[in-house]
Amino acid sequence: MRLRSLQIILWIAATAAVITFLAVRWWPATDDTATADSAFMPTFALADSEGRMRTTAEFRGKFLLVFFGFTSCPDVCPTTLSEVAQVMDDLGSAAGSVQPIFISIDPERDRRLGLADYTTAFHPAILALAGSEEDTKSAAASFKIFYEQEADTSSPDGYTMAHSPSLYLIGPDGEWLRQFTYGTSAAEIVSDLLTRL
Amino acid sequence: MKHFLLATTLIFSAPAAMACETVTIGDLTVEHAWSKATIGAGRPGVFYVEIKNSGTTDDALVGITTPAAGMPMLHETVVQDGIASMPHAMSVPVPAGQSVQLAPGGYHGMLMELTTALKEGDSFPVTLSFEKSGEVTVNVDVLSLRAEGPDCADAGQ
Ligand SMILES: [Cu+2]
Repeated sequence: MRLRSLQIILWIAATAAVITFLAVRWWPATDDTATADSAFMPTFALADSEGRMRTTAEFRGKFLLVFFGFTSCPDVCPTTLSEVAQVMDDLGSAAGSVQPIFISIDPERDRRLGLADYTTAFHPAILALAGSEEDTKSAAASFKIFYEQEADTSSPDGYTMAHSPSLYLIGPDGEWLRQFTYGTSAAEIVSDLLTRL
Repeated sequence: MKHFLLATTLIFSAPAAMACETVTIGDLTVEHAWSKATIGAGRPGVFYVEIKNSGTTDDALVGITTPAAGMPMLHETVVQDGIASMPHAMSVPVPAGQSVQLAPGGYHGMLMELTTALKEGDSFPVTLSFEKSGEVTVNVDVLSLRAEGPDCADAGQ
């Protein structure tokens, strides 16, 4: 009789433990499913050439053509900037729905050299951003792009930057749509954009 | 689009057509030397050219010098596994019977420590040193920032 009531108490305790365990396990799991199927939405929060903080949120409603680079790169980066400039020219009246954004991965040097003068020379519509090292790292991580400073005595100031040279297209709701790999022609980019605008 | 670009390049480069000038040294023909305008002198400029080796001996471009820059060097843009980098090229091979281009996205002369900003329409000399053929100087046309190459009748751009 004493043994039986002890058994009952133990059973109740065990059942309570299992229920508590399952509740603790399941509640956060239920929260996770809410974010698991949401779209890939890369973000940035970076200073422009006037030092104003610019974020992805302020561009909702527009298509963003985002690319990363540095201005002491006379070969790859001008090629991409020229393509983007050509895209903006060729979009004509549709250009207003597309915001091209150049994100510096060499922000300290680019700020010193004058970032906006450089991108404006290619096209006045291009917005140039150069944030802090920390903000730049966060933006790159959010876009899942790679960049790295490499020591190199055959480069200006003794270093160069290796980076992903693609263009990234972000939709009006902030969702990642696609990338255009380095070397994609302006004509191809324009025809892709025109199907979406 | 291509025609529009060609037209743009033509308008911009029409007054100075030195990029279309051809210089020879031994079996090598050097032509279509061009550069892009720079914004100020703080960033490096670039040098592109085409070299044809009509001989039977391999040669190589081993260096460049120019009064336009304190530190001119040969570089190669490499895009590997989706990452672009720009290593120093010790030399650019110019094999017998072949043509080699220093062109956007590949080999290029990197003109560091520019003496002045390069302005569209300007030109400056660059001396190329070849392993076997020796040295030759070409005049380089500065084209617009957005140029893709010189517009020459025979350039095949
Ligand atoms: Cu270079």
